[in-house]
Amino acid sequence: MSRPNLQAIRAIYLYEMGRFFRTILQSMLAPVISASLYFVVFGAAIGGRIDQVEGIAYGAFIVPGLIMLTVTTQATSNASIGIFFPKFLGSIYEVLSAPVNAFEIVIGYVGAAATKAFIVGLIILATAYLFIDLSIARPFAMILFLLLTCTSFALLGFIIGIWAANFEQLQLIPLLVITPLVFLGGTFYSTTMLPPFWQGLTLLNPMHYLISGFRWSFFEQADVPIALSLFAIAVFTVICLAAIWWIFRTGWRLRS
Amino acid sequence: MTSIIAVRGLRKAYDSGFEALKGVDLDIEEGEIIALLGPNGAGKTTLISTICGISRSTAGSVSVGGHDIQSDYRAARAMIGLVPQEISLEPFETIANTVRFSRGLFGRPPDEARIDRLLAALSLSEKKNARNRELSGGMKRRVMIAKALSHEPRVLFLDEPTAGVDVELRREMWDVVKELRRDGVTIILTTHYIEEAEAIADRIAVINRGEILLVEKTGDLMARMGRKELEIMLEAPLDAVPESLSAHALTLSPDGRGLVYGYDGRAQSTGVGALMADIQAAGLPIADIRTRQSSLEEIFVGLVKDEN
Ligand SMILES: Nc1ncnc2c1ncn2[C@@H]1O[C@H](COP(=O)(O)OP(=O)(O)OP(=O)(O)O)[C@@H](O)[C@H]1O
Ligand SMILES: [Mg+2]
Repeated sequence: MSRPNLQAIRAIYLYEMGRFFRTILQSMLAPVISASLYFVVFGAAIGGRIDQVEGIAYGAFIVPGLIMLTVTTQATSNASIGIFFPKFLGSIYEVLSAPVNAFEIVIGYVGAAATKAFIVGLIILATAYLFIDLSIARPFAMILFLLLTCTSFALLGFIIGIWAANFEQLQLIPLLVITPLVFLGGTFYSTTMLPPFWQGLTLLNPMHYLISGFRWSFFEQADVPIALSLFAIAVFTVICLAAIWWIFRTGWRLRS
Repeated sequence: MTSIIAVRGLRKAYDSGFEALKGVDLDIEEGEIIALLGPNGAGKTTLISTICGISRSTAGSVSVGGHDIQSDYRAARAMIGLVPQEISLEPFETIANTVRFSRGLFGRPPDEARIDRLLAALSLSEKKNARNRELSGGMKRRVMIAKALSHEPRVLFLDEPTAGVDVELRREMWDVVKELRRDGVTIILTTHYIEEAEAIADRIAVINRGEILLVEKTGDLMARMGRKELEIMLEAPLDAVPESLSAHALTLSPDGRGLVYGYDGRAQSTGVGALMADIQAAGLPIADIRTRQSSLEEIFVGLVKDEN
């Protein structure tokens, strides 16, 4: 195999990041405002009347879940639009005819989408500090979890972007799958508060492991063991990578 | 001359089962300009897309500069620049960024000076920082060319580059093409403007229904098939070609006012002189004379008709 095309990775990454910075206000404003609303309503207003959850003030308890909600949606939609848009415009021909392999394309597009989501995640975190009394027990683990989540959901978004035939389909998965799973995965509550049957069902929700692990990095408390959270995220990433590998091998929805 | 692109038994069937290329063999020589000529749906775009890696072949092989387009795709693709038939530019991106992206994608390090020169050569300097959506159609097409040339390809594919481009711009575009040829770039173009193929291409490949019908030097093709016609308009109509002129292969036009003489324009002896002398001797007053050379278009129509 010949040398990797690092220039191409760089070009794709910078081009995609350029789009982000060009529309930085729109890119940031919507997620920050909606997260702030959650913090105000659930954290400050309702949180004041709710007992602590597992010894954590309710306002603080919901922060990790809300960050997860934002970054998973952001990573997915950024990556899906990043690859869908050139497909839609027809300018994808250039990527398909360039001396690049699947991994270089993925690193460029997914890397950029993950970076954007990561930046948005950090800004939401900073916003949280404005409203809520918060401390992070394991900052490095927190960053690692955030990065892994951004990357794996950007991979998922990339697949959605290649799969989608129109803008409606592009919105479908994030709206129909990701948001509900994040909500049901324990964003606003500890799953240990649920009746046994629903607790069992939650174990099938991949988002549950992410939120639990991420929350652990803040408060050193988790619904499931941290190792299991990491394992879940790894499995999810591997599945996405395998799907992408298959897409490029067969040219599915890319090459006629 | 060595061939820079070798296409062997190339077949392409689309998912629908339609076979758009039915075993194409084609050798393109380094440094030449070759025109792919064929009616709508002949398979020109399919051939180009398959060579460039945008669509997959069903059978056969292609090598570019000795590199197989599948097993050695990096080396093969790095040599190619492609200007597709359809314009597709991201509306909110600037021209400079669009071109920078292309250069990087093809593995070249950033080179601002080169991009400036390229934009200047395509009369796009003023628009460097404009957004793609602010450009006219002709300018957009030039941006597409700038993208294709950004990584200094050795082979350039131009799929109908002059569609929707005005006369002046077209001339400018051909100037660019000729300059590239001077630098040794091999150029493969498709066009519906047959006079242009005639004027600019070293060789012409005629393609129809997924098959190459012929590949020939433009001049040879014209000479071989370029018949000329001499039409002599008479002052008074005739009922038939006079007996004294029967030695010449003449036909009479339906209104009886024109004598039509077909001949090979490049032959040593065209017979035109003798014909004129005989007409004079027959005492036929001549009102007007005109000659016509059959264009590539007619040749082409003839070829396609023969095949069907
Ligand atoms: N994606 C596709 N799926 C199915 N058939 C296709 C596809 N693309 C092209 N074709 C068919 O393949 C044939 C060749 O098409 P192609 O675009 O190569 O023609 P062309 O010579 O470039 O024509 P034009 O001069 O109109 O650009 C046509 O019959 C076309 O309908
Ligand atoms: Mg075409």
